[in-house]
Amino acid sequence: MMNNIKEPLIPNVCVITDIRQDTPDVKTFRVLTLDGKKPFIHKPGQCAMLSMPGIGEALFSITSSPTNTEYVEFSIKKCGCVTSWLHAAEVGQQITVRGPYGNGFPVETEFKGQDMLFIAGGIGLAPVRSVINYVRDNRANYGKVDIVYGSRSKDDLVFYKEIIDEWVADSSINVHLTIDREQEGWDGHVGFVPTYVKELGFEPNKTAVLCGPPIMIKFTLQGLGELGFDKKQVYTTLELRMKCGIGKCGRCNVGSKYVCKDGPVFRMDQLDALPDEY
Amino acid sequence: MQKITRSVLIEKAEKLLNDGIVSRVLGWKNGDFSYDITPAIFTSADQMKKDFVYGDFCGANFSKYLVKETRKDEGKILVFLKPCDTYSFNQLLTEHRFDREKVYAVGIPCDGMIDINKIKLAVGDGIVSVDTDSEVIKVNTLYDGVKELAKNDLLLERCANCKSKKHVAFDELIGETGETLENNRFDQVAELEKMSADERFAFWQNELSRCIRCNACRDACPACTCEKCVFDNPNSGVENKSPANSFEEQMFHIIRAFHVAGRCTDCGECSRVCPQHIPLHLLNRKFIKDINEFYGEYQAGEEVGSRAPLVNYTKEDIEPIDAVNKGDK
Amino acid sequence: MKKCLLSNSNALFNEISKNAKLYIPVDLEKGRVAYKEFSDGMVMSDALKTDRSAKDFFFPQTETLMAFKTAGKSIEITDTRSETEDFVIFGVRACDVKSIEVLDKVFLAEPVDSYYQNRREHGIIVSMACSKPSETCFCQTFGIDASMPEGDIVCYKTNDALYLDGKTEKGKALIEKLGVLEDCNDDVVKEEQQKIKEILNKLPLKDLKADAFGKDKTDEFFNRPEWKTLSESCLGCGTCTFVCPTCQCYDIKDFKTKTGVERFRCWDSCMYSDFTKMSAGQPRLTQLERFRQRFMHKLVYFPTNNDGMFSCVGCGRCVAKCPISMNIVKVMKTLGGKDDE
Repeated sequence: MMNNIKEPLIPNVCVITDIRQDTPDVKTFRVLTLDGKKPFIHKPGQCAMLSMPGIGEALFSITSSPTNTEYVEFSIKKCGCVTSWLHAAEVGQQITVRGPYGNGFPVETEFKGQDMLFIAGGIGLAPVRSVINYVRDNRANYGKVDIVYGSRSKDDLVFYKEIIDEWVADSSINVHLTIDREQEGWDGHVGFVPTYVKELGFEPNKTAVLCGPPIMIKFTLQGLGELGFDKKQVYTTLELRMKCGIGKCGRCNVGSKYVCKDGPVFRMDQLDALPDEY
Repeated sequence: MQKITRSVLIEKAEKLLNDGIVSRVLGWKNGDFSYDITPAIFTSADQMKKDFVYGDFCGANFSKYLVKETRKDEGKILVFLKPCDTYSFNQLLTEHRFDREKVYAVGIPCDGMIDINKIKLAVGDGIVSVDTDSEVIKVNTLYDGVKELAKNDLLLERCANCKSKKHVAFDELIGETGETLENNRFDQVAELEKMSADERFAFWQNELSRCIRCNACRDACPACTCEKCVFDNPNSGVENKSPANSFEEQMFHIIRAFHVAGRCTDCGECSRVCPQHIPLHLLNRKFIKDINEFYGEYQAGEEVGSRAPLVNYTKEDIEPIDAVNKGDK
Repeated sequence: MKKCLLSNSNALFNEISKNAKLYIPVDLEKGRVAYKEFSDGMVMSDALKTDRSAKDFFFPQTETLMAFKTAGKSIEITDTRSETEDFVIFGVRACDVKSIEVLDKVFLAEPVDSYYQNRREHGIIVSMACSKPSETCFCQTFGIDASMPEGDIVCYKTNDALYLDGKTEKGKALIEKLGVLEDCNDDVVKEEQQKIKEILNKLPLKDLKADAFGKDKTDEFFNRPEWKTLSESCLGCGTCTFVCPTCQCYDIKDFKTKTGVERFRCWDSCMYSDFTKMSAGQPRLTQLERFRQRFMHKLVYFPTNNDGMFSCVGCGRCVAKCPISMNIVKVMKTLGGKDDE
């Protein structure tokens, strides 16, 4: 009888059907149910819990767009226990999946009709890619689109092939790439993301989506402020330690918010209202 | 023995603060009842006059706090040490766990601290205040008026079996230091040794089954000052958590006892702070008793820099097989 | 209102345990009090509180969530949940009853935690009015009336009898089945309630007020300098969280068994240094932040999310158990300002 009641903590078994080495330490995993379907319907910016029994469970942002009807993808940087295990996994490996969790970006409400500015650093592009592709697939609903993306080096640019083949090739969006230091074979911009954003000098009539390491967020936010952006125009996603994903285990509690449930997407002015513990 | 009063300690602290010898005082702060006393840092005599207390509920061993406090760049700290606290103090110094130069230690005599749980056991709930001015403890209760109890019946376990009134470390003494004492602290261990293995297992099973893995024993233990405890390491598989099964729960305490073996001064903080009243000190005492029997009498913390038998090989050391057989009853 | 003479309580307990598993508070050695499954002849404790709260019945210290079998690249999940048997907890004090309501706000909020829900649905709470509250009690601070506890059945104990009043459908249904009970009027109970109210008015913490705290007060309290001295001697152990009837943070971990993997959940504590630790960093670096989190959560964050309801019920366990005697009462007095200057 109990088994008829859905328990959010009990995951589904899914299978890894494709693994792509994006950068030296980032791999993108394509995940399907055992009968070859998408494991869930999600919104851009949402996350899901992946686990390997005996290794552990961890929360990852979903990098594929909801408009992709075939599969979901997770781009994962190798940094801890679960991620190291995943990096060693092979195609055909089953994993457990539960979710999606969190609020996601307001693509159907606040973002609609807006000029969009996406700014990402390193693996921070993972959740943003989901929104970018959602916007591209619903292009008529949004205004101008600019993407500023930077990484340590050319090799550390996640989704490089997709960026070049699809985003750069798409005449309806502007892509601005940068890397931290000069590198052979790179004739694009060199410099940190926050400085590049200021150099590009965007008009402050856009909605910005900002994701990357804390230090990048801090300085980019400053830069956007100088360009005249209001905090209400800037969105970001948080990452904290999480276990349940459903706002109960208490781990990702910041002030009265639970990042897993009330986030991970926050508008900068909302974030400012929270205690500084993220 | 002359009772040390609060005002004597405040006077001492005030002088040391005024003379610029110390900038802070580690002391006991008043609570809402007679017995809920909190360790606190005082930076002025005025603060002390307001909140500082000293009495029969000041059981907390301050030595461990020195590890944290001497790392602060806030000047020398005055610490009041009861005789048994000085053993932990020395042991921590032996292990180079704090900077002696940053501490001014004042030894204070102690005639035993009271266990509030023993009072609760005797009079029940509703203890409004406890008057400990004489050997007859007067407990003012909500339901039965004033009840009189003998102090000797209310002592903390470690005080009832006090091993020493002697201060083994201090910069200055208030009052006089005493002597090490004859005591019966190993009696209960001997009782446990007489049990069959099954009986002993059942005894510990019963005690340890109540453990809630709050880690209070570890966190209060002056011998547990590792920068990163194995139980705080997420990769250890035994981190900080309630047990996956009872085996793990028992292992936590056994591992801890092994880890402090030879370093435990028998200060009794583990049992004092256990919210589940598990007699954890018995595990440590078993080790101390064995060490005494195998290698000759040894008291951790008695002198700074002493080499503990477990880390000091001599030809006279007991053969491992003899040690093993000795326990095989 | 129903009545059972104390001399007959063994018969009452036997009758209840024919209907469902019955747990009563029992005196153990050295003043310890714990809920034990009733067996004939067992005597109910007169103690005010069990060492551990009734939380354990609904949110146990550790529980298996599911099991896995892995072979090659495949995984099989076994749902290890099974229907809980009906059970009765007898003698839950007003504070502990209220704490279940606090836990409900967390575990029964969408998405519902089915492990908890299962136990809640099968559990019947017989509460017990507090004829002898402790000096550490401050349930009044949070609007709880120890003379009129909530619960499926409310029980009053006098010198010679137990008085039982069914409050919920579950409770009334159980009372109907108990032939040993006899009808009575509520005169004695009213008198008892009056007596309790008088005692409550004499408790040392009766004037502790929570008014200063509550929803949306984060900015008012988060940066208060007093957190430093309040948290200064905190050992960082989890005693307060584990004896607390409303603390419900948990961890999920995997445990390798001989035949596979079990995923279990266990209590966790925001007081622990690794609670929020990530490979990428640690948002609550020192004990000050961890200490503050616990009290801010109880006094501000939880009320913000739950219409002003505090997640402290004033049971006083932390007051009695903290190794350094630091507790929510001292925090409230220091930050709330009323008592201390």
